[in-house]
Amino acid sequence: MARPRALRLSLSLLGVVLFFAVWEALPRLGLVKSMLLPAPSGIPATFWQEVSSGAWGEAVLQSLRHYVSGLVLGSALGVALGVATGMSRTLEDMTNWIVRLLRPIPGLAWVPFAIIWFGVSPTAANFIIIVGVFWINYFSALSAVQAVDRDLIELANAFGHRSPLARLFKVILPASVQPIMAGLRTGLGQAWMAVVAAELFGVAGLGQRMMQASSLLATDIVVVYMITMALLYGVVDAGFVALRDRLLAWKA
Amino acid sequence: MISIKDLTLSFDSDRGRTIVLKEFHLDIADGEFIAVVGASGVGKSTLLRVIAGLVKPTSGTVTRDNPETPGRRPYALVFQDARLLPWRRVVKNVEFGLEGLGLDKQTRRRRALDALELVGLADKADRWPHQLSGGQRQRVAIARALAVDPDLLMMDEPFGALDAITRQGLQDELVDLWQRTGKTILFVTHDIDEAVYLADRVILLAGSPAGVRSTDRVATPRPRQRDDATARHTANAIRDRLSGTVVDGEGI
Ligand SMILES: Nc1ncnc2c1ncn2[C@@H]1O[C@H](COP(=O)(O)OP(=O)(O)O)[C@@H](O)[C@H]1O
Ligand SMILES: [Mg+2]
Repeated sequence: MARPRALRLSLSLLGVVLFFAVWEALPRLGLVKSMLLPAPSGIPATFWQEVSSGAWGEAVLQSLRHYVSGLVLGSALGVALGVATGMSRTLEDMTNWIVRLLRPIPGLAWVPFAIIWFGVSPTAANFIIIVGVFWINYFSALSAVQAVDRDLIELANAFGHRSPLARLFKVILPASVQPIMAGLRTGLGQAWMAVVAAELFGVAGLGQRMMQASSLLATDIVVVYMITMALLYGVVDAGFVALRDRLLAWKA
Repeated sequence: MISIKDLTLSFDSDRGRTIVLKEFHLDIADGEFIAVVGASGVGKSTLLRVIAGLVKPTSGTVTRDNPETPGRRPYALVFQDARLLPWRRVVKNVEFGLEGLGLDKQTRRRRALDALELVGLADKADRWPHQLSGGQRQRVAIARALAVDPDLLMMDEPFGALDAITRQGLQDELVDLWQRTGKTILFVTHDIDEAVYLADRVILLAGSPAGVRSTDRVATPRPRQRDDATARHTANAIRDRLSGTVVDGEGI
């Protein structure tokens, strides 16, 4: 039987309260040194300190810049090439082996080359994000287009929409919106991880600020940036879901 | 008039050439209601595809008296599955064939609504396809075909997937529609009783490769009764020919 809503909500709340209570108790009771694990009650003050010094805002902006530009470029390239490959036998046959060769390489394995080519720079961060996001979107778009019902293509032909462009916009794209959106959303998360990874290597932004704090053992600042990352990603993902649900209103 | 002359169609594959249709011949007068019956797999759908220009014939021609008219399409198809685009509202589905004809938005909308009116679904214009019953979806598919004002309306077992009651209702609606619009209809079915009930002429497609095995004129005046004795006689004669118990050309 389904649990009542109120009960489920109170259980979730209880979980959160317990989580913070244990976290607070560990350093307070001296079970863990507060330098290793800062108590949550001290975090808001640290947070405010970071914000008022301007360090927080700058780091957030820098990270978002890497994130957005890498994400947009990687996603656009991935979706465009995936769709094109899905629509063209020639392109599919041509790219077949290249894709098989490059695909298994994880995005972060490109870090050495990114640094050799671009140095520790925003461009390097962008490159790593683009590579990671590209493959996710390339494959989701490719398989989405290949999975479009042949009958719908026949329908488009029967009603005069025979050019590749007409087919693309009347049938193929709308029919594959859902899987393409799923790929975009996965990319959203991957790109965020790539941003932080690139910044941990020294590119300016949230990750770099976090590394600086950790080398000074300022763990409370580290926690501030961990929370910031979680929140920023949460906001971006929620925004994306809202947009997706609008686009897929016909599913409801 | 639409003339189909010596239509031959073969498919080439690795295992050689399969001739599906051979020297198919048919003249369709304006306003005529023709049914094509035949065993499953004989080539009925292929015939419609060739006439609609979805498949190029190996040889033979399809010609129309009517010149190409702006704002119309010469052929329109209704499939067995309604094949509506789930991401378009009902009225936008009906507009599908009107797009790309150089019509302005209001004209498209008006013609789509007129077509929906014809099939009695004007009040469902703003629904999503998944909110309709099977019979309603098929009526939307008919409206979509009528909206382009075709010289020839082709229907491929359009009621084959519906329950008996819905099917009979739609058969009567179709005859009514045909009489009101004066459209020329080519109706494919494997249900001989349905063919005889609806059509002026019933073409039996048989053989491998398939050709016109027989043509029966159904003289029963309209409105017709479902238990009409002459019609039943014609249906039985076609059935006998189809199962090969009677030698060619007996007819009625
Ligand atoms: N694209 C195709 N390639 C090869 N053979 C085909 C193709 N389309 C149809 N056929 C063959 O043509 C024959 C007629 O098919 P179809 O027209 O669908 O029959 P029906 O509609 O009368 O059931 C079948 O034997 C089918 O296998
Ligand atoms: Mg068929």
